[in-house]
Amino acid sequence: MADTLRYRDDEPVDHPAVTVDSFLDQSNASAVRIEPGDDARELLPHLDRLALVEVNFPAFGDGRGYSSARILREAGYEGELRAVGDVLVDQLAYMRRCGFDAFEPDQRFDMEDVKSAFERWPEVYQKAADTRTSIWAKRHP
Amino acid sequence: MRLLTGNDLKTGAVTWWTGAEWSIHIEDAADVTGGEEEIARREESARRVNVPYAVDADIHDGSPRPSHIKERVRALGPTVRPDLTLKPADPEIGNWVI
Amino acid sequence: MYKYDQYDQAMVDARVEEFRDQARRRLEGRLTEDQFKPLRLMNGLYLQLHAYMLRVAIPYGTLDSRQMHALADIADKYDRGYGHFTTRQNIQYNWIKLEDAADILADLAKVEMHAIQTSGNCIRNISSDHFAGAAADEVVDPRPYAELLRQWSSFHPEFSYLPRKFKIAVIASEKDRAAMRLHDIGINIVTNDVGEPGAAFYVGGGMGRTPMIAPCINSFVPLDQLVTYAEACLRVYNRHGRRDNKYKARIKILVHELGAEEYTRQVEAEFAHLLDQGVEPPLAELERIKGYFEDPLFETAADSQIDRIDPDFALWIDRNTVAHKADGYVSAVISLKPVGGIPGDATAEQMRLMADLAKDYSFDELRVMHTQNIVLPHVRKADLHALWTALDAAGLGSPNLDTVEDIIACPGLDYCSLANARSIPVAQKISERFAQTGKTATLGELKLKISGCINACGHHHAGHIGILGVDRKGVENYQLLLGGSEAEDVSLAKITGPGFDENGIVDAVETVTTVYERERADGERFLDTYRRIGMNPFKEALYG
Ligand code: SF4
Repeated sequence: MADTLRYRDDEPVDHPAVTVDSFLDQSNASAVRIEPGDDARELLPHLDRLALVEVNFPAFGDGRGYSSARILREAGYEGELRAVGDVLVDQLAYMRRCGFDAFEPDQRFDMEDVKSAFERWPEVYQKAADTRTSIWAKRHP
Repeated sequence: MRLLTGNDLKTGAVTWWTGAEWSIHIEDAADVTGGEEEIARREESARRVNVPYAVDADIHDGSPRPSHIKERVRALGPTVRPDLTLKPADPEIGNWVI
Repeated sequence: MYKYDQYDQAMVDARVEEFRDQARRRLEGRLTEDQFKPLRLMNGLYLQLHAYMLRVAIPYGTLDSRQMHALADIADKYDRGYGHFTTRQNIQYNWIKLEDAADILADLAKVEMHAIQTSGNCIRNISSDHFAGAAADEVVDPRPYAELLRQWSSFHPEFSYLPRKFKIAVIASEKDRAAMRLHDIGINIVTNDVGEPGAAFYVGGGMGRTPMIAPCINSFVPLDQLVTYAEACLRVYNRHGRRDNKYKARIKILVHELGAEEYTRQVEAEFAHLLDQGVEPPLAELERIKGYFEDPLFETAADSQIDRIDPDFALWIDRNTVAHKADGYVSAVISLKPVGGIPGDATAEQMRLMADLAKDYSFDELRVMHTQNIVLPHVRKADLHALWTALDAAGLGSPNLDTVEDIIACPGLDYCSLANARSIPVAQKISERFAQTGKTATLGELKLKISGCINACGHHHAGHIGILGVDRKGVENYQLLLGGSEAEDVSLAKITGPGFDENGIVDAVETVTTVYERERADGERFLDTYRRIGMNPFKEALYG
């Protein structure tokens, strides 16, 4: 837990996340872990009882988790969305834009690098799952 | 024989392991048979070379010549721009590559 | 031409600093090569056969003289005095140092240029029709749509770690000059029955190991849903494209394995969902961008007389100029294919000259063609002689557009670490052979394309005649293909049979042209004759 970066104020979930299959089988877990091949949409009927969704990145180059994150946020999921695994500091800004608000990387980040990663982009072109105002919206208020 | 090659991390230049250091001249390359993995690991982690790997070669006119054409082009430079190769003044160099 | 506002500039400047920081961390050993590689690739930096190579984006192939000058300056300052124009309308430099790369990006940013997403498993530079805004046959200028998609795809948070690279082309004419259907997404801006513009989406085309022609999955997407539709296409791909095998990871394999119908169904479902998500830019943004692509002030009474007394000039006019939508103007093509030269290479001095001529004679605009030539899109006919004289004096006056000398060749084994065989020497020998025999003129339009490996950067599948370099037990060998086209009559070329060595392939090309000369009917191009008579007569002549 010490190595998790969290950008939310609520209490973290205190039990481990279960796989999507066992989550769909058993009704009392409130934390689930999505693997790259899982379909995030299977969780949509159960969002109200989820407090933590971990999205696993077994390899940093596999970008399916970015879509999983946005799909959950687009469906109104407001609980913790945590990127877990082979997560690199250079990916943080994009992950944040896709709706991740917690990060549990295999390799500990240098906090200076984290700071510059989040401060890097003065603007964003697209609307995504964060609250940033897109360049397009600024140009046409 | 086996030669160890890679690129210089900063400049990207093709380099060859001489037994003691890295040289851009393939004439300086040493046989690394058996030792390639250990040298490669050590040198890469010290960032004295980038993505090292070993290639097959034989001796040709007293100097090492890689077995595969790709490594020969790499060693020397583009065949279509002799002026940009390491041996711009040598008219015979095309025969060494091809 | 599009101009950056403060936002575009801020994004490009931020990218320079991001890369400077990443390169520093790599040099300090805080990033491994495995971690750094995708980051440098997303800034166009490869580790190639001889050094780092930097690919600079030329969005939809359009640039002005100031930018072309900057490209020349980079060639002199950081490279070896030349650059190579590519089949995706970009330019690449072959002798770059990692320690200089961020400075080069900073120099580019000063002239509103960058190397963003010119490589890597992300959405690449958007290509387009090199005659956009000039062609008499276009429905609209396609570049505003390409620019909108450039902004959408730049730093896209969801689509920067795709299964594989992703290439988009946008055209707006029935004439396809951008190999639109051989892209991951090809978009053709069309009008419907009531004259409204919309976008036809073709998805899942490509060359490479498994060439495919993209099927049309939606023939009319309204323009105020264009970005959302593209987002849906990409999301289905990002989620379901294969990641288990690099060679099956392109979207063409997904579309092929699912079937176009099922892929379309999934896209439509995602699209319906995304329509509520507010991803579409306001239509006013498209209008804003269009404002930058208005016609230059063409002279209404531009003199149309051309003095054809000089036969060399007359030949160049006939071969290298193309009809323009404005009276008294043409688009002029500067061939980067001198006989025996390296296709697509230009020296810094040549770049500067082309820039200056664009300023003097073409409303300060240049285009890069996917065939590795340069266009001055808007030239007054009255200025052609002066233009040609200046070009010819600099070795840029080759009158060979679309002829057998106008060869596309990828860098091949002379520069590329993935290559199996050299492409450039084959191109050189073929152009020399045909120039020598004088057959260039009689063969007419003949598109010859050479790739040094199965990746097909040299578009060999789409050549009337294609050549593919292969490695046969460590020796360069060349397969011959016939019957491809990347134009509106798109088709994939077929292999004739066993391959040839370097001299053999030059002879083989000559042999197939002889068959064509023997068999052609009136007005037929090589491709037409091949389509009519089929492969057999060519095979007999080659292997008979
Ligand atoms: S086709 Fe192959 S050899 Fe040619 S540039 Fe592409 S990857 Fe390199």
